[in-house]
Amino acid sequence: MIRTVVRDVPRTVAYLLSGVLIGVPLLVVLLVLSTLGLALAPALVGLPLLAVAVLSGIPVGALERRRLALTHIPPPPDPHATPAEPGLAAWARLRLTERATWRELAYTGLLGFVLWPLDALVLFGALGLPGAMIGAPVQLATTSSASGDARIAKLWLIDSYGQALLCTAAGVVLLLALLRPLVLYTRARAALARLLLAPSEAEAERRLAEVTRSRARLVAAFEAERRRIERDLHDGAQQRLVSLSMTLGLARLDAPPELSDRLAAAHREADQVLGELRELIHGIHPQVLADYGLPDALADAADRSAVPVELDVDLPRFAESVESAAYFAVREALANIGRHSGAGRAWISGRYAGGRLRVEVRDDGTGGADPARGTGLTGLADRLAVLDGTLAVHSPAGGPTVLSLEIPCPQR
Amino acid sequence: MPPALKIVLAEDSVLLREGLVGVLTRFGHEVVAAVGDAESLTAAVRSYAPDLVVTDVRMPPGLTDEGLRAALELRAANASLPVLVLSQYVQRAYAAELLDTGDGTGVGYLLKDRIGQVEQFAETVERVAAGGTVVDPEVVRQLLRRRRDPLAALTPREREVLALVAEGKSNGAIARELVVTEAAVGKHIGNILGKLDLPPAEDTHRRVLAVLAYLRG
Repeated sequence: MIRTVVRDVPRTVAYLLSGVLIGVPLLVVLLVLSTLGLALAPALVGLPLLAVAVLSGIPVGALERRRLALTHIPPPPDPHATPAEPGLAAWARLRLTERATWRELAYTGLLGFVLWPLDALVLFGALGLPGAMIGAPVQLATTSSASGDARIAKLWLIDSYGQALLCTAAGVVLLLALLRPLVLYTRARAALARLLLAPSEAEAERRLAEVTRSRARLVAAFEAERRRIERDLHDGAQQRLVSLSMTLGLARLDAPPELSDRLAAAHREADQVLGELRELIHGIHPQVLADYGLPDALADAADRSAVPVELDVDLPRFAESVESAAYFAVREALANIGRHSGAGRAWISGRYAGGRLRVEVRDDGTGGADPARGTGLTGLADRLAVLDGTLAVHSPAGGPTVLSLEIPCPQR
Repeated sequence: MPPALKIVLAEDSVLLREGLVGVLTRFGHEVVAAVGDAESLTAAVRSYAPDLVVTDVRMPPGLTDEGLRAALELRAANASLPVLVLSQYVQRAYAAELLDTGDGTGVGYLLKDRIGQVEQFAETVERVAAGGTVVDPEVVRQLLRRRRDPLAALTPREREVLALVAEGKSNGAIARELVVTEAAVGKHIGNILGKLDLPPAEDTHRRVLAVLAYLRG
């Protein structure tokens, strides 16, 4: 216990000392800002100054949260929300309505007017005073007063080395005795800071909701980008290639025989590229999903599957993100069945009941599929998680493999 | 030389629209209106009463399946209006929905890739205008990969024949393509219709029903 106390001392001192170093200029700034602000408030110029004074708690709070690390407390997360729109005005508006801002302001005032003087006093009492006592012989030796005496810490007058040594001994005892209270004080001080600077439970919950929302936004952005690429390819490259193929076709009609063969070769080439591009665009985002929804898109995926698929799907329309997540999960499952399972048949079933979309893909393969091995299924699980959905893979060795997904969602 | 057709064309890409007008004109047809969105398509059909409508699936304003929707509405209003839909995608759903209109005759679903094979494209245009039913070979090929009932009962040769029927080919054309006699093709088609439970009746209509059975899976 003594050892832990001694080990904590350097950090404790660093914490209190840095607090004093921050507190002194802070006091000056606060006094200037509030005095000027109040004085100029009638002329309206003072109002921004007062706003700055109120918001001054924010940087102080950020600094103090980091400084808490000195006391072994991990820096608490930022309690502030991210502004929904850019710009200083939006930021300031949001901050002024947050409780965290006002708690930080309270802490800042406390630090500027109360805490740092208290820290200084504690530091002086616990270290400065014993230090001065321990240094009594040195002070006596270096004091060149005619009387040959010295006043220790402006308290006691000593005039002999005997007294000085006694003073040193008393100083050592006092120092050791005060170390634990010093550490305890610092802990209490840090706890107070944490109380005011860390996010409250409601704020932490709100942050979590914010993170969830931003993740959903990210997925939506990803989805939109997919669509944009699909559209660009469709409206650009694909149309030009069709047009090229048409021109080549017409040219072949009228070309002399010696040119006709070469034109035919170019034409074949163009058509092949067109076919490949068509498949590529389909892979990025199938139009049938947007136009007809899941049942037809799943039927289409089944048509393309290497393994024959039986389909039993009866589903309404859902939000685009839901349909797309479910579709891509099934397509990945079918691709895996074609590649690894050794299955001869597969079954897709889809139902909507109790506000939950359930899709299951089953095969008669050898099983032993491990979703942790490939990144494909993990990515899909993540994508479903954004929608609060789940992906489960049940694949015992010897089979069969069943992949099932569930998404809670309203019907469109 | 087949008779010149009055055609209304809808395609939002100017490049393709001009190209298509060029190809159709080259084969002696008259494009009476070439429009860029679904609404103008409906209006053009109303004012020109064409022999054939050729339309893209994806069209403004929504850039989803407006072209197909417009075609379906036109067919609903006038079941004998021949419609050829051009699509950038191999999609059974589009073709099946189209074939469900009217009695399934005088409709075609073709991949845009086929326009480049200008002679075949011209043939398809004429076949659809004459009341034929054409489904793109790529859609047919994709469906052939799956083995489904009631098609599971068909022999490989019968599947091949059914695929060519879906492409709108006549018995004579199928016989030439498979290098067999026309009588053999007739026998195969008889077997297919039997296995798909389509009793003998009016001839072309049953062929369309076979194609439909095929598309619906």
